[in-house]
Amino acid sequence: MKVININLSYNSDFVTRVEEESGQKLNHCYQCGKCTAGCPYTDEYDISVSQIMRLTQTGQKDKVLQSKSLWLCASCESCTARCPNKIDVARIMDVLRHMARREGHAGVRTVKTFWDSFLNSVESNGRLFEVGLLANYISHTGRFWTDAGLGHKVLPKGKIHFRPSEMQGKKEVTKIFMRFKEESAKCGAKKLPPEISSVSERKPHNEYIPELRLLSRVFKHRNLP
Amino acid sequence: MNTSLNYAYYPGCSSTGTSLEYDMSSRAVCGALDITLTDVPDWSCCGSTPAHTVDHTLSSALSARNLDQVASMGLDSCITPCPSCLANLKTAKHRMEEVGFRDKVNNLLDKPANTQVGAKSVLQILVEDYGVANIKKKVVKPLTGLAVGAYYGCILNRPAELMQFDNREHPMAMDNIMEALGATVVPFPLKVECCGASFGIPRKDLVMRLSGKLLDTAKSIGAMALVTACPLCQMNLDMRQTQINNANSSSHKIPIFYFTQLMGLALGLTEKELGMDKLCVSPRSVLDALTSVENPKEKAA
Amino acid sequence: MKIGVFVCHCGSNIEATVDTAAVAAAAREFPDVVFATDTMYTCSEPGQDEIVAAIKEHNLGGVVVASCTPRMHEQTFRRTVERAGLNRYLFEMANIREHVSWIGKDREANTNKSIDLVRMATEKLMRNRPLFSKKFDVNKRVLVIGGGVAGIQAALDCADGGLEVVMVEKTATIGGKMAKLDKTFPTVDCSSCILGPRMVDVAQHPNITLYAYSEIEEINGYVGNFEITVKKKATYVNWDSCTGCGICMEKCPSKKATDSFNEGIGKTTAINIPFPQAIPKKAKIDPEFCTKLTKDKCGVCAKVCPSGCIDYEMQDEFVTEKVGAIVTATGYDLFDWSVYGEYGGGRYPDVITALQYERMLSASGPTGGHIKRPSDGKEPKNIVFIQCVGSRDKSVGRPYCTGFCCMYTAKQAILTKDHLPGSQSYVFYMDIRAVGKLYDEFTRRAMEEYDTKYIRGRVSMIYPKNDKLLVRGADTLMGAQVEVDADLVVLAVGAEAAVGASELAEKLRISYDSYGFYMEGHPKLKPVETNTAGVYLAGACQGPKDIPSSVAQGSAAAAKVLGLFSKDQLESDPQVSLVDIKRCIGCGKCIKTCPYGAINEMEFRGLTKANVIETICQGCGICTSTCPQGAVQLQNFTDNQILSEVNALCRF
Repeated sequence: MKVININLSYNSDFVTRVEEESGQKLNHCYQCGKCTAGCPYTDEYDISVSQIMRLTQTGQKDKVLQSKSLWLCASCESCTARCPNKIDVARIMDVLRHMARREGHAGVRTVKTFWDSFLNSVESNGRLFEVGLLANYISHTGRFWTDAGLGHKVLPKGKIHFRPSEMQGKKEVTKIFMRFKEESAKCGAKKLPPEISSVSERKPHNEYIPELRLLSRVFKHRNLP
Repeated sequence: MNTSLNYAYYPGCSSTGTSLEYDMSSRAVCGALDITLTDVPDWSCCGSTPAHTVDHTLSSALSARNLDQVASMGLDSCITPCPSCLANLKTAKHRMEEVGFRDKVNNLLDKPANTQVGAKSVLQILVEDYGVANIKKKVVKPLTGLAVGAYYGCILNRPAELMQFDNREHPMAMDNIMEALGATVVPFPLKVECCGASFGIPRKDLVMRLSGKLLDTAKSIGAMALVTACPLCQMNLDMRQTQINNANSSSHKIPIFYFTQLMGLALGLTEKELGMDKLCVSPRSVLDALTSVENPKEKAA
Repeated sequence: MKIGVFVCHCGSNIEATVDTAAVAAAAREFPDVVFATDTMYTCSEPGQDEIVAAIKEHNLGGVVVASCTPRMHEQTFRRTVERAGLNRYLFEMANIREHVSWIGKDREANTNKSIDLVRMATEKLMRNRPLFSKKFDVNKRVLVIGGGVAGIQAALDCADGGLEVVMVEKTATIGGKMAKLDKTFPTVDCSSCILGPRMVDVAQHPNITLYAYSEIEEINGYVGNFEITVKKKATYVNWDSCTGCGICMEKCPSKKATDSFNEGIGKTTAINIPFPQAIPKKAKIDPEFCTKLTKDKCGVCAKVCPSGCIDYEMQDEFVTEKVGAIVTATGYDLFDWSVYGEYGGGRYPDVITALQYERMLSASGPTGGHIKRPSDGKEPKNIVFIQCVGSRDKSVGRPYCTGFCCMYTAKQAILTKDHLPGSQSYVFYMDIRAVGKLYDEFTRRAMEEYDTKYIRGRVSMIYPKNDKLLVRGADTLMGAQVEVDADLVVLAVGAEAAVGASELAEKLRISYDSYGFYMEGHPKLKPVETNTAGVYLAGACQGPKDIPSSVAQGSAAAAKVLGLFSKDQLESDPQVSLVDIKRCIGCGKCIKTCPYGAINEMEFRGLTKANVIETICQGCGICTSTCPQGAVQLQNFTDNQILSEVNALCRF
């Protein structure tokens, strides 16, 4: 474990930005650990949430933004709800995630890909297209077995659709994303969040995966939604 | 009872997909209670968790578009069944009261949005506006003999300052409704403990562990079933129950109902219109065990 | 009037942001000012000597000192001018420290403001008149409110000092919270053994009159002459004949009464004596649990009482006591921890407070000194202590540290090992506050000799798991979440002001802070005095503290009282209102608006006039602003004096 020079390693810009973007005062945290104590995901974290707070307090930018913990946080709000100093810890975690993305870090790739696929789907359809999300995720991660076992259970329930839910204003939603990407590029984000290809580059969802294509042909005959 | 309750209804993306039965049963129950729901015209996705983990302006913009749609209905509030949608809508309204942020968000939209629109959950209006006592009066088929645990999930009541509903550690809304419906409510100790949220696809192991713990707890307290008010919680506990059993070498067979489904049953609605057949873990044995059935039973698909 | 002005540097406190020499120079130009200077420390001996010398040399008729707040040194300088032969009210202070130098750094603006303040002071001083105190008799008796260890100490010290003491205690026994403790830190002395003899002394002392199960109804009067109305609550037992034999308790069939002495662990009978060493050892009936008083059935206690002292018809009784000073020692109560839903909010029987645990540890407690889980009566193996419940927590409105919980938790962990050698105690802490003598060594003993596992981190939630309680906390030193399967959880709940403290404060006319703790005269230098003459504080009512500090404050308050009574007469404050009979039209508005009832009607040559009772008047000035005629004026703050300050300021 390296010796840390408290003065030299303190990234004050980082601390100021975190406080500005989250609206929280880091020196209100007296490191009681109640957030870590209540966090249901601590088991998987590489750095516990109270230690993320400590590292942020001491301006250790790289260590924080490169951590896996940021990506394994579910925003369940247990930390915020119970903090004795009324710090919105969940919001600080969100802000750190924003900063991590902008710097090009992704502690847990599958989670980032999942979130990107989700937003990808919303961007092109205006609403989430669940099957499209799964297809996109699988194609980006190569994890063809993802939730494969669930297919036969869920398909007969009529909850799976092979076409996205239609809405009139889906272009309005697409434009929100476009403008957002323009703004982020202006601010010099290293990688445009969300890290997704533009709409025109993608193929229609139901042609992404051979299996899915086959299934869709099968169900088209059965007139299922 | 004031029968002139009517609300703008924001269904949320999962309502046509994985939480179809929540949407069906919510609409059916509101219909039975003379509560009018008008869908928010051309609603779009609020962005859920992924949007706010990417950027707050993006997230609020996605919600603001919908708040503006509600405003265009001439209304100043809407209801939604999904806690994640609810949190995003409320957050957008709250944060956009600050001019600087409001301007940034409006720059992402086609036109500046009217965000002076409140949002509540379906559970909240049933309890606060309609009233548990009034629900009790409408019960025709009490759920006698059903030992049920109420699981609220992590964000329905938190953060308390935002959600402004019920107690953030020990909420009682569903417990009270279930009791009014005649069920035996078994105190569920992990009411607000996260189920694994949206990690089902990218990190299934997290859901296996967290939802597994919830199912183990349900079993240890003797609950025959759980009721939920969140699409993601229900999905993790129901759709993934077999995955959980495989991962944890358990053998749970606990039906996970949306509270509106059980409400509908007690109010005399049919299993079909409440989407009982959409549940992955079959509720058959639990439903059969209920005493005094008036309508003919509908077999689950 | 020849006025002298002294502008104080106060070291760098004032001089750093105010040009005192310039202020003095400007003052020299004011009308009537014949002498003005700036000094380093005016309140010091050379500084005061300088004032005395200047008065004599320049034949000054009045003095203005521009320095700190009058609350600091007005009395000091008044005595100074008196020493030089002037009436002490021919003196004014301009506050150029708290009101100027300490609140801004703009030297030019500050200097200008200081000059204005000095100008106002000189204008007022020109209109000051000599005022003379009157002397009044002092009633050398003292009232002690509260019979806890601080009140007991104050009462005994006053009584031993030859004063008559009246003690009023609201519960049925004295002893307070200390009587509920099993052992005390750091000596692990048995609490009753050290407190008991003191309690008996109070009961036996010829100078002490004890009203137990009584409350203060009303307080009238002023320092040296208070008139107290005491409400003796109905006990339904004649305490003159009750011998405390306890037969009534044995026979009483109503066994579901709240046992407040035992903090709600278990129940007691409707007629009860709080604990075996209670002083007074007399029985009382809790009317809401008594079958005779609620339904007119039973009456067993009256039948079996060998002294025939049960009286179901008893009413509350009011007595009047006249005293010259009051010591408030009303103690503390515990924070309502049920707001912590994450700890069960009071729904889990095996999550208890430290005070409840203390009653369990006590041999004379409801479990006979055996530690048992309230849920099933079994002996616990894993006991988890959680510190800082309701302390150091902004989210529940209690940001302060109670100060003694770290110590009593260590004590309880040690005692637990003695009672249950096979048990394992865990303590979740944030810091260890062990500042007294032998305190830190004591906490180390708990960790080093008694195998208590101290874990640095708060607890996020407690929930039932099978028949145990799962405690989920953090070990921040390891950086991990930790879980403990606990059989019993003991919460170190923070202290807050005693129930009813703020209502009593209103009667005493003393201030209290936002938490209900009584305000001392000065946080550093006047810990046991209040800003109300004749009322003193002792113990936890002033702020949570441990036993040695409470005892020390009890003695300190007694010393103040004895000092107050060292003279037979006290001087009144002449800054009271006075009615100019010629101008008074007898409208009575001042009588209605006086908050102290210090003005009454009198007849003067057949006409109704107002009359101020000087000894009651507190000098608030409300009558002065009410009077449509300007007839009643607050001396030293008359309309003309105040208007001269306004005119001095608003010159443009």
